[in-house]
Amino acid sequence: MRRYFGRKLFTYILTFFIAATIDWLIPRFMPGNPVAGLMARQGGLSPEGAAALAQYYNNLFGLDRPMIDQFVGFWVSLGHGDLGRSVYAHGRPVTEVIMGAVPYTLALLIPAILLSWWAGNSFGALAARRKWLDNTILPLGYILTATPYMWLGLMLAYILGFSLRIFPLSGGYGFNLEPTLSWRFFTDLLAHWMMPFLSLFMVMFGGWAIGMRNMIIYELDSDYSRYLEALGARQGLIRSYAFRNAMLPQITGLALQLGVMIAGSLVTEIVFSYPGLGSLLFNAIKSEDYFLLQGIFLFIIIGTLMANFIVDLVYMVVDPRTRIGMRGGTA
Amino acid sequence: MQRGRTRVLSLLAVMSIVVSVSACGSSSSSGATASGATVQSYPRAETLYTTGKQWGAPSTWNPLDSGNMAMGVFGLQYEPLYMYDPLKDVYTPWLATGDLAAGWDSAKTTYTIHVRQGVKWSDGSALTANDVAFTIQVAKNPVLSSNLWSTGGVTDATATDASTVVVKFTNPAYQEWAQWLYNSPIVPKAVFEAKNNADILKFTNANGVGTGPYMYKTAAADRMVWVKNDNWWAKAALKLDVKPKYIVDIVNSSNQVALGGLLQGGVDLSNNYFPGVKSIVDGGYGVTTYYNGAPYMLAGNTATLIPNTAKKPLDDPAFRKALATAINTDDIVNKVYGGIVTAANPTGLLPYFSKYIDKTQVSSLGFSFDTAKAKSMLAAAGYVAGSDGMVTNKDGSPIKLTLEVPDGWSDWMQAENSIAASAKLAGINIDPQHPDFNTVVADRNRTDATSAAKFDLQINNDVQVGNTPWTWYDYVFREPLPFGTSENRNYEGYKNDAGWALVQKLDKTPVEDTATMTSIISQLQTMQLTDTPVIPLWYNGVWAQMNNSVWTGWPSDKGNNVLPATWNGYWNMGAVLMLTQITPVPPAK
Repeated sequence: MRRYFGRKLFTYILTFFIAATIDWLIPRFMPGNPVAGLMARQGGLSPEGAAALAQYYNNLFGLDRPMIDQFVGFWVSLGHGDLGRSVYAHGRPVTEVIMGAVPYTLALLIPAILLSWWAGNSFGALAARRKWLDNTILPLGYILTATPYMWLGLMLAYILGFSLRIFPLSGGYGFNLEPTLSWRFFTDLLAHWMMPFLSLFMVMFGGWAIGMRNMIIYELDSDYSRYLEALGARQGLIRSYAFRNAMLPQITGLALQLGVMIAGSLVTEIVFSYPGLGSLLFNAIKSEDYFLLQGIFLFIIIGTLMANFIVDLVYMVVDPRTRIGMRGGTA
Repeated sequence: MQRGRTRVLSLLAVMSIVVSVSACGSSSSSGATASGATVQSYPRAETLYTTGKQWGAPSTWNPLDSGNMAMGVFGLQYEPLYMYDPLKDVYTPWLATGDLAAGWDSAKTTYTIHVRQGVKWSDGSALTANDVAFTIQVAKNPVLSSNLWSTGGVTDATATDASTVVVKFTNPAYQEWAQWLYNSPIVPKAVFEAKNNADILKFTNANGVGTGPYMYKTAAADRMVWVKNDNWWAKAALKLDVKPKYIVDIVNSSNQVALGGLLQGGVDLSNNYFPGVKSIVDGGYGVTTYYNGAPYMLAGNTATLIPNTAKKPLDDPAFRKALATAINTDDIVNKVYGGIVTAANPTGLLPYFSKYIDKTQVSSLGFSFDTAKAKSMLAAAGYVAGSDGMVTNKDGSPIKLTLEVPDGWSDWMQAENSIAASAKLAGINIDPQHPDFNTVVADRNRTDATSAAKFDLQINNDVQVGNTPWTWYDYVFREPLPFGTSENRNYEGYKNDAGWALVQKLDKTPVEDTATMTSIISQLQTMQLTDTPVIPLWYNGVWAQMNNSVWTGWPSDKGNNVLPATWNGYWNMGAVLMLTQITPVPPAK
């Protein structure tokens, strides 16, 4: 058990180090200079004084130090939970900027991932049993899973937001409201959340439903199912074994898909001007904000690794073979 | 077994609901309000919705962070000593009293500011001469990048009594001082004195103490909200009253979103650029603009073609003049902009400065679109067309000039295609490109004083409407050539020592001495029109579309002649008066 976790932990730390290094490196390959861009956007500065301001910014962002210093400094401050200062937010700490956006992204992502996985698997399993469901859910699932998040988002925005005016088109909450713990604010928040949630949920749902449906059919066709059938076991019992076996690849799939899903949610946020990490990322790229980019990606890396770890734990619970394997390992 | 599965799934479902609810809950607390804990929503009839200034989350409310402060910090919350109106070329006393020119003594080296009495900060304390003197003093802080105490000529600023500040100069830059008087927010000494160090720009000053008609209400990543200051001094002193109780400035995600808001009535004033303004105005949406017909908008700045004069063949004035002659600006005005802009005067001066333009000089030395003439000018200067009809360098090497504008600036991207097309007819090969903004800047800036910048041609409009034509000439003639990260003048690398001496002389001419100003400007014009260091193309507009469904009485040429803009630097050019002029539309019965 300890060896299993030790190995896992080592893999995670190594992955984190490599991912964070790439995360640090990539934005710095962008052409241009973030401070020059920031200065050029300001305008109206006297040429005599502008040099001092440029120096201030270079120093503030640590860009006046050699690259290797910046890299080491990145890890040192990361140890203190300091992600540097944001160019886009004119020098405000990155952690502060990110924390303002994180709740929106989590509120979108977690329900979308978990509910779509649950609903997709349930419907997929059901579809494998019912001809009429199979004929309707399957094509729908194929269409949904092949739909880009962004495109579905635009469609939803047009139909539900623009034509039917059921949900507001953009933003986190109404421009006439201030955040308070009131029923009115909560319903408004929910109304703004609905369309970005739906566009994520529906696309993910399609993928899970198809996967589950195919897996169930495969399992029902396997030797153990046929053997049980020959023994005269109830259909319900056979199906429950098939479901449990079919579930395993779906859990692995969830781990594999997490990164893609997070990326999808970022694009969806931009479509709806939803004030989460996606919109922030978009702005960070535009202002060549190394530090905010780093911070956002770091958040994504940590989130993905953590989710993977949880999936590993879940796997241990649902798959007896993992447990037996571990026992064998420790013995 | 079946039961186990259900348990796992129901656990997942519950988890997701708990997490989403808790995340929603924390998001509501993260955008906490700074003033007022009561349940808050803004009644539509009392709220003005604006958009077009903020392209990112409001992040600082420090009025000394002039380039980054949120919409309205200077103008709505903090105020200048004078208000300058470019439409009338008049300085109006604001936090100061008395005529601007009367502040100078007879030797014109000492300037006395009479601070208006009865002005209160929003915390109830009085505005005094100490605050004004401090605001001048704080400009010494190097990170605020002011030249007031260097080339500006200020040597001392002292409050001699509660309402008087005496400012001493050697060799004063009168034009820049007048600019400082209307373009600098007066800050409370009590708040800023402790912050006056190398980290002054880290002070974000949310919910700060100002003198203006509005106070900070709240801000979030997508909005900036102001609430009316009922104790605004101008109510009694100038009989002015701002009408909207709340101003909600919506952060722009794209011009399309802003257009949707404007047409649906969710936005009252949009300072975004929209193509097809004619169809918006004529479309029955209740949207108006400053002029009811072309050009619809007031001029805000001059979109100028910048040639890199350090590179062949752009180092040749004859080639630059021929290039200027080859560009069909009317095509840009009519086809790209649909008539919402006007062609620029070859001098580049905005229409507000037309009294300084020497028209006979412009007609003899200036340029206007004429393809045939451009061809003959090129031939006369020794640029021979090759077999493909494109002219070559004098050594026979092919000419291929890149023209850069920032990606996403859709109007400029179309304009550069138009420029390339009309230049091609005259035999000049231009390759239009649109890299991202920071790359445009990187290509534009010289790395050091002697090396050439990377670009061939770029379009730039850094000089905004203001009180003095000096800013335009400083932009064109500035020496020594600025370079590096902070480069913000003379991108073309034009060297004209005599011209630069004249620009400095212009800076040191009192603003009321228009005769001397005119004579200096006339000489600068001759140089500029002869050498064509830059090619002024068209006047970019003060984009302003106003919806009349909730608020009406917007600025227009028929009345309420003020600049209708929420951008930085416009509130203090009279735009704040717009808020006193608009009136709510009574609800339909």
